[in-house]
Amino acid sequence: MAPDGQLAVTPDRTPAESAWQSLASAVQRREVWLSALALVVFVAGWEWGPPLLGIAPYNIPRLSAVFEEGIHMWVNGDLLRHTLITCFEVIVGFGLGCLMGAVMGYVLGMSRLMEVVASPYILALQIAPKVAFAPLFVMWFGYNITPRILTAILIVFFPVLINVLTAVRSVDPSMIDLARLFKATRAQIFWKIEFPWSLPALFSGLRIGATLAVIGVTVAELVGGSVGLGAELAKAEGGANTAGVFVTIILLTVIGILAYVLVILAERAVLRYAPQRPDGEIAA
Amino acid sequence: MLRLSFKDVSRFFPPVRGRTGSEGVLAVEGVSIDIEDGEVVALIGPSGCGKSTLLNLASGLDRPSKGEIFVDGEPVSGPNEHVAFMLQKDLLLPWRTIRRNVEFGQEIRRMDAAQREERAQKFLHRYHLDGFANHYPHELSGGMRQRAALARTMMMDPDVLLLDEPFSALDAQTKMVLQQDLAQTVAEEGKTAFLITHDLVEALALSDRVLVMSRRPGRIIEEIPVDIPGRAEPMKRRQHEKIGPMTARLMSLLDIGKVEQTV
Repeated sequence: MAPDGQLAVTPDRTPAESAWQSLASAVQRREVWLSALALVVFVAGWEWGPPLLGIAPYNIPRLSAVFEEGIHMWVNGDLLRHTLITCFEVIVGFGLGCLMGAVMGYVLGMSRLMEVVASPYILALQIAPKVAFAPLFVMWFGYNITPRILTAILIVFFPVLINVLTAVRSVDPSMIDLARLFKATRAQIFWKIEFPWSLPALFSGLRIGATLAVIGVTVAELVGGSVGLGAELAKAEGGANTAGVFVTIILLTVIGILAYVLVILAERAVLRYAPQRPDGEIAA
Repeated sequence: MLRLSFKDVSRFFPPVRGRTGSEGVLAVEGVSIDIEDGEVVALIGPSGCGKSTLLNLASGLDRPSKGEIFVDGEPVSGPNEHVAFMLQKDLLLPWRTIRRNVEFGQEIRRMDAAQREERAQKFLHRYHLDGFANHYPHELSGGMRQRAALARTMMMDPDVLLLDEPFSALDAQTKMVLQQDLAQTVAEEGKTAFLITHDLVEALALSDRVLVMSRRPGRIIEEIPVDIPGRAEPMKRRQHEKIGPMTARLMSLLDIGKVEQTV
């Protein structure tokens, strides 16, 4: 580098331009075409594979049968309502679980004493299979949405807590010294150093939590109740309606993907400062 | 007038509880240094001799086990407005733009936002960072980042600058440019500076006096006045004929080149 005058900065592009360019270059890339081909093979395989291989429709129904069953459930069975209820449970459970996990992570991260006292229980609860609490919650709160939300909170809580706790513990001590030199208060050190420092780790906790929340809600719905996709799944299973089971699995997967994508979008918006890799993924 | 003064300062780090074999460390012992207003004093010494400990004590981040430190005649009991610190690491906060990093100290001190921004612009300009105000630290080169750290330090308008190997992570050319920037600012504003460095030529090029520290426990073993003109022009000063012999003297004081010395 010349005596410190050269810049390692690319000229600014508007988001629309760069989005268009990355889309254009993506279309030219071979992997996009291969992915499209794989999708076609997958769809065709599901549609014509089972009859060709002599697999009974009650084991693996054809894709078109699953699609028809989905329409049937939508029209005659309130599928939309069940989907929305499950979404609601995921959102509330995820939101509360993240909030509680994050707050607890910051509290434990800043207090050695609290961490020492609480860590054996946290460790035990972290190892315990959280979904096993779902029947207990149903026993306590009955066949309503409360056990689902509680299960989601429980399963989301730990990865968020652990990520935040580790991040708060790993703050560069000289950054804290820097703030102390300017006579920062404890609150200023938290909000201006520790909290922003922990954000990337918080978001990786949220990513994990987003998919776990769907698992927690689904298990609790399977355990009991008459609304929600998990309950629909159990009902379809009881009626030997394999296509119905597939419909609910697909919708639950879609909810999980949406939750994950929303977290990533939020992460991109919040962590704009972080160096981004060429594929748009935020570098860890 | 004395700006910074160490009076018979010792710092003992007690053994770490629960760690076997830990006996505690006497980092510095009986150090007395007086730095006058507008003076630039460099401190050199072998690795681990307690140089950085002295700066931590002067900044108020650490307290001496014995003795006392005075800044502007007041005993140091914690971080205070009179001193500012600059380290080898730029310590720019990665989530803040360069401008907001430069403003950081005054933001902590709750300077009014408009005034803060205006002042930051001035310092960004002085350290040739116009146009980078809204960039993030990772988009800048090491030299520019260190310059931003210098701007952040000067933004606090300290009486005493504490510099802990501020340029040691930079390449040789960038280092010389930044030394020049620093020397000019210090001269123009009549700042007092206490500079720790491993670079003997840097010590001679930037300072009025060079203090030499012994191995641990660190004591001041020699004081060498730098009677070379042009302290505000380190680029010229480092070419002066006296620099060579003086560097040789510092090397012998530090035992550099002796066979038993292992680094």
